[in-house]
Amino acid sequence: MFETVAQAVINGLLIGGIYALVSIGVTLIFGVVKIVNFAQGEFVMIGMYISFFLANQYGIDPLLSLFVTMPVLFVMGVLIQHFLIRRVLGPNDMPQIFLTFALSLLLLNLALMLFSANYRTVHTSYSDEAFHVGGLYIPEAKLIAFVVAMALSGLLWLFLHTTDLGKAMRAASQNRDVAMLMGINPNRVFCVALGIALALAGAAGSLLMPFYSAYPFVGQVFVLMAFVAVVLGTLGNVMGALIASLMMGIAESLGIQYVGADSGQIVVFAMLLLTLAFKPTGLGGGRAR
Amino acid sequence: MLKLENVSASYGSVPAISNVSIEIAEGEAVGLLGANGAGKSTTLRAISGLVKLTSGTVTLDGVNLASNPPHRIPEFGIAHVPEGRQVFPEMTVHENLEIGSYVPKAKAERRQTLELVYGIFPRLAERRKQLAGTMSGGEQQMLAVGRGLMLRPRLLMLDEPSLGLAPVMTDVTFEKIGEIHKMGTAILLVEQNVSRALSLVQRAYVLESGNVIMSGASAELANNKQVQAAYLGI
Repeated sequence: MFETVAQAVINGLLIGGIYALVSIGVTLIFGVVKIVNFAQGEFVMIGMYISFFLANQYGIDPLLSLFVTMPVLFVMGVLIQHFLIRRVLGPNDMPQIFLTFALSLLLLNLALMLFSANYRTVHTSYSDEAFHVGGLYIPEAKLIAFVVAMALSGLLWLFLHTTDLGKAMRAASQNRDVAMLMGINPNRVFCVALGIALALAGAAGSLLMPFYSAYPFVGQVFVLMAFVAVVLGTLGNVMGALIASLMMGIAESLGIQYVGADSGQIVVFAMLLLTLAFKPTGLGGGRAR
Repeated sequence: MLKLENVSASYGSVPAISNVSIEIAEGEAVGLLGANGAGKSTTLRAISGLVKLTSGTVTLDGVNLASNPPHRIPEFGIAHVPEGRQVFPEMTVHENLEIGSYVPKAKAERRQTLELVYGIFPRLAERRKQLAGTMSGGEQQMLAVGRGLMLRPRLLMLDEPSLGLAPVMTDVTFEKIGEIHKMGTAILLVEQNVSRALSLVQRAYVLESGNVIMSGASAELANNKQVQAAYLGI
């Protein structure tokens, strides 16, 4: 009994690390730029395809391809902010919603056209390896993904709390006008926020590749969970999104264990509805930290 | 040093100030007085670039400021302490001060300036790790002024620093502003508390419905019958 629960918790925690990378990106963009990026999942998908092709064509380990996916997606984020999002920022939310939604559909359909709907997998030497600790089964690829995800989250936290640019980002998320009075260029900060958010999504893609299949719709799985985590963790709160993602991973995994294999998300969405009903500001409290 | 000539600005189609001309010399303390809605804050926002001018010019030592986006204005040594304090609530006192010296020139002197600001406001030094949003109104006002000082400004613009403060805290705030002025910083003070402001500044402009209706030395204005009747309750 105890072991089944512990195993489910571990499984959930490990996948929760991936949810965290995606949801931190969404919440960072929301907190700083004040837009909802519906296309965040597609950037996970792009990260996966980049890793897939690097592995397939050049035999590069998906984990090493992090060093390609993250910079490529960072630049993509900067360009998307500078050339697209910047033009629709204004008092009206609708153009922003349509822009990121259209971007999501565009990328999805581009992937369908270029790569077909086939599932692509990469088999690494550690894909089937696992640690056995006291009767518990810990898949190596998932453990690596979790550890790297936590390390990247930690780096982001350090960036936001110890560098001037990071502090400028937090300042801009808390009061944009006064941030400008401090000499902070909002567009520059927004570009960096988009860049970081997309780099994290790309990292999620690379980390997933050793144990998950790439296909054009794969982003949808993660973006849905990310949105729930962002709401649970209080919009714009990075720490909140991280903790909520881990909690949701665990809730989903326990749901799979005790409700049914296809029903893990029932528990997650029940959590979302209960939170919205009883604590609509989310469990994180406060704002962009 | 700073010169506004016939500046007009509006929010949408609602004019907020029209043909405002004011001037501040190096190291001078100047007041911008008037009732609520007279256009005092808008004048500061026009200098900071937060509202676009519909006509007129803002120049610093002859250099046109209005062609710069708002985030460029601090580079000219103009610090704006906004109305209602507006500290960054989820950042610590120390972080708020650090971000006050975000522009490269101020950043180079950050360490010394922090010492200076903590010297002027010992309360901030005690609270340096506290989240700004959890402090009292008076403490937040000190932080907002300190954050402005972190720029090592030539001109410190203060928008209603006494707003919502207890009389004791207002005393402290004005005393500190006086100290900062004595250090050689020019002050542009927006205040509804006219008698208080006149005791601090050397000259003042009186605004009404977006127009400058009067200006002169503080003592002169304090003795002016119209000012006394309208703003000093005498």
